[in-house]
Amino acid sequence: MFGFSILTTLIWLPMLAGMLILFIGRDRATLAKWLSLLTTIVTFYISLSLWIDFDTTVSTMQFEEKVAWIPQFNIYYHLGVDGLSMPLVLLTTFTQILVIASAWDVIKERVEQYMGAFLIMGGVMVGVFAALDSILFYVFWELLLIPMFIVIGKWGGVDRVYATMKFFLYTFFGSVFMLVAFLYMYSQSGSFSILHFQDMPIGMTAQIFIFLAFLIAFAVKVPMFPVHTWLPDAHVQAPTAGSVVLAAIMLKMGGYGFVRFSLPITPDASMSLDWLVIALSLIAIFYIGIVALVQTDMKKLVAYSSISHMGFVTLGMFLIYDIVQNTGSAQGAALGMEGAMIQMISHGFISGGMFLMIGVLYDRMHTRDISAYGGVVNKMPWFGMFAVLFAMANAGLPGTSGFVGEFMVILAAFKANVWYGIIASTTLIIGAAYTLWMVKRVFFGEVANENVEKLEDLNKREFVIMATLAIAVLVVGLYPAPIIEIMHTSVANLLIQATTSKL
Amino acid sequence: MNFVIPDFAPAIPEIVLLILTSLLLVADSIWEKRFQFATYYVTQAILIIVGILILTSFATEQTITFNGSFVRDSFGDILKIFVVFISILVFLFSKEYLMQKNFFRGEYFTLGLYGVLGMFVMISAYNFITMYLGLEIMSLALYAMIAMRKDHRESLEAAMKYFVLGALATGMLLYGFSMVYGATGTMQFDTMAAVIEAGNADKTVLVFGLVFVIIGLAFKLGAVPFHMWVPDVYHGAPTAVTLFLGTAPKLAAFAMLYRILVEALPGLVADWQVFLVMLSILSLTVGSIAAIVQENLKRMLAYSGIGHIGFILLGVIAANPDGYSAAMFYTIVYVVTGVAGFGMIVALARVGNEFDKIADFKGLNARNPWLALMFVFVMFSMAGIPPFIGFYAKILVIEEVVKAGFTWLAVFAVITAVISTYYYLKVIKAMYFDDPEDESKLEAVSYQLHLAVSFVAILLLVFGILPSSIIELTYNSL
Repeated sequence: MFGFSILTTLIWLPMLAGMLILFIGRDRATLAKWLSLLTTIVTFYISLSLWIDFDTTVSTMQFEEKVAWIPQFNIYYHLGVDGLSMPLVLLTTFTQILVIASAWDVIKERVEQYMGAFLIMGGVMVGVFAALDSILFYVFWELLLIPMFIVIGKWGGVDRVYATMKFFLYTFFGSVFMLVAFLYMYSQSGSFSILHFQDMPIGMTAQIFIFLAFLIAFAVKVPMFPVHTWLPDAHVQAPTAGSVVLAAIMLKMGGYGFVRFSLPITPDASMSLDWLVIALSLIAIFYIGIVALVQTDMKKLVAYSSISHMGFVTLGMFLIYDIVQNTGSAQGAALGMEGAMIQMISHGFISGGMFLMIGVLYDRMHTRDISAYGGVVNKMPWFGMFAVLFAMANAGLPGTSGFVGEFMVILAAFKANVWYGIIASTTLIIGAAYTLWMVKRVFFGEVANENVEKLEDLNKREFVIMATLAIAVLVVGLYPAPIIEIMHTSVANLLIQATTSKL
Repeated sequence: MNFVIPDFAPAIPEIVLLILTSLLLVADSIWEKRFQFATYYVTQAILIIVGILILTSFATEQTITFNGSFVRDSFGDILKIFVVFISILVFLFSKEYLMQKNFFRGEYFTLGLYGVLGMFVMISAYNFITMYLGLEIMSLALYAMIAMRKDHRESLEAAMKYFVLGALATGMLLYGFSMVYGATGTMQFDTMAAVIEAGNADKTVLVFGLVFVIIGLAFKLGAVPFHMWVPDVYHGAPTAVTLFLGTAPKLAAFAMLYRILVEALPGLVADWQVFLVMLSILSLTVGSIAAIVQENLKRMLAYSGIGHIGFILLGVIAANPDGYSAAMFYTIVYVVTGVAGFGMIVALARVGNEFDKIADFKGLNARNPWLALMFVFVMFSMAGIPPFIGFYAKILVIEEVVKAGFTWLAVFAVITAVISTYYYLKVIKAMYFDDPEDESKLEAVSYQLHLAVSFVAILLLVFGILPSSIIELTYNSL
């Protein structure tokens, strides 16, 4: 559709626009907002060409760009997407529009810095998914922390400083080990290319250390039990748009890291240590689900539910070894892996919807306490409709996107080990319990107090945002085939890489 | 005895610098009353002339002259160019600061130039005597500069501390030099290396001497456990002098470390490696932990500098040319970042407010968003977060350490890097998240300083995005 370097444009257009807005947007909030919205829409439009021109029959990298960057160390500005990363790039550019729109009337202070930070983040996130050079990847990965740090710390809630410090240091701590792993592999191979890392043979001891280094980095980002504690804090304190970006995209980077780095680069270590990831995933699904049940703060509840749902992502990815062992074929393994990938996309939509929903309430009532609400649906019928839809999707109702991914992973889990399947299935009960209980307490019943009495229904802007996400949730839920088709070849290739020994 | 006239050509920058500075010293005492800023402008002109002299005669190969006591090579030239570049910036900042604090005097600049001369001599020294001479020229100039603000007790205390501890360190160094000389029978670095290589030196005496040499070097670099003077002196000295003290001399000290350990004593690599590993671990630890509790930004930067020294030592520990290049790259990056860091304090300092407490930076984003953003660049570059150049400095040394087989040391270093990120974030937190105590607008002391700080901070970003030219420069020099 477009003849130019699409990925470079997707990365640099929002970043440059963001910097421009930082400089010219001072005291010109309206200009800053419109310019930001325009940028995100143009970016999304350009990113659609990735989908249209995508060749689903090959598993190699597409839309590749490669320029020498630091030639002394064989570091390249090397971009490209395959079926694993392309949907995530689209998810990013799509979410960006909603993020900018959601802040429209809400942010009053230093609008240009807020918009600029989110635009820069948007470019950087595409960079993370598109980078094929490990140093380039690391640069984007770390760079993302800077705007997020400032967004949470400046526009966040009461304990924002604590939350943002914790967020930054936790994720930074995780990723430095990944950097040492990259440097180690470079010292062995003389190249920083991710594709090269995927092909090079690595001894078992080294693989285990590299795997653990990756695990720390990605587990913090996903986040997995027991390094998940930064997420509820960050979510609760972050402004709505910050929560949306965190939940919808940043968490996906952890999952993406597993499929791009851990599984193909250290297949033998992944195989021998898959029990560790599976155990942590099951704990996340079950235990964190129960933790979510007792939350009194809506954002915290959704944050814990995110951790629980991301457990399915990591579970689906690491089930493959047991399935291949049990059934002798990669057929069932592909089910789990594709389920994990679908779950990432779907969770992007659903958690985005949930956090925007809480944002809508918070803008009106300035509290996230469940007990402060009750009977909201009487005053906000349209809003109630969307909220119930997202809640149902979060609980995994068939017909919504939440069902597809979880169902695929649960099926795969039964193939791997009946007990995994049973524990994973509990989420259908626990998830429904905490989500629907929250919906009941917030939306249904009598109008609880005079503040709720004064609530007004969605305005046009909010309606459009909610409707867009609702359509996305339903489309993925009813007709997930196009996304599966995009991923299919790349997943098959990933399974070959992940099950071929590199010793 | 026949007398050979040595080749003066390699030392022309030093000679020109010496002559012009001495002339300036005389001229300054004559015109001091009449033309207040003449000395300052002439100083900058001298530095530019010297810089051009080095650039035009840039050494592509090693020349040794003055009977083997002086060396000119591309390693030294690059460091000298950066010394000149840094010093120009330092004097620019100093001028405004000295006027603000009302002790603007011509001697400050002539002393500074002598300091630069000392650094040049250290960088180009090729035997122990020249090294010692350079070190003393530099140190004496610095002692006097710290003590220049006579009405300020803390400055005097800092000068005293620096002088006493500096003298102690020099004593150690000289003692070590004499031991090594005793063992090898030569002062000159290349013959010394050859004697050790041939096995004609008593190993016990050599290692004994090496210990003292390393202690002396560690003092000068400010490596733990010989770092005690650093925070006190940085804190006590007038900020403009701290700016000088904390930047350019590190380049000279790195050259001294390189010349002595790598060029003179490569035969003892296994011995000095062990010492450097210990110094490095201790420096990384203290640099990352002790800085957390500092309320004063100058002290915090002093401790963070100690941590940076730990990283520089990592590159030397790798004990191969790439490692030394990585260490050199780190030193240059650290020094340039340091100029922006201390420079920001100078640029914001006012009469009655040194602006050196972290609390002073509260709400800077509301008072001056541009300078706040520039300081964010500086802090993240120091923390080693991409896309700032400090990131490449860190990964290059860590990469060399990993390649040399010290992966555990690399892991230790990155953990300390994470810890140290906390205090850099604290500064950013103060600027962005805290409310200002004083809501008024805040501008840099002069527009020149505004530009200078912005220039250096933007360099950190530009070379952070496109680092390959500077990497090329340092990697080709060794």
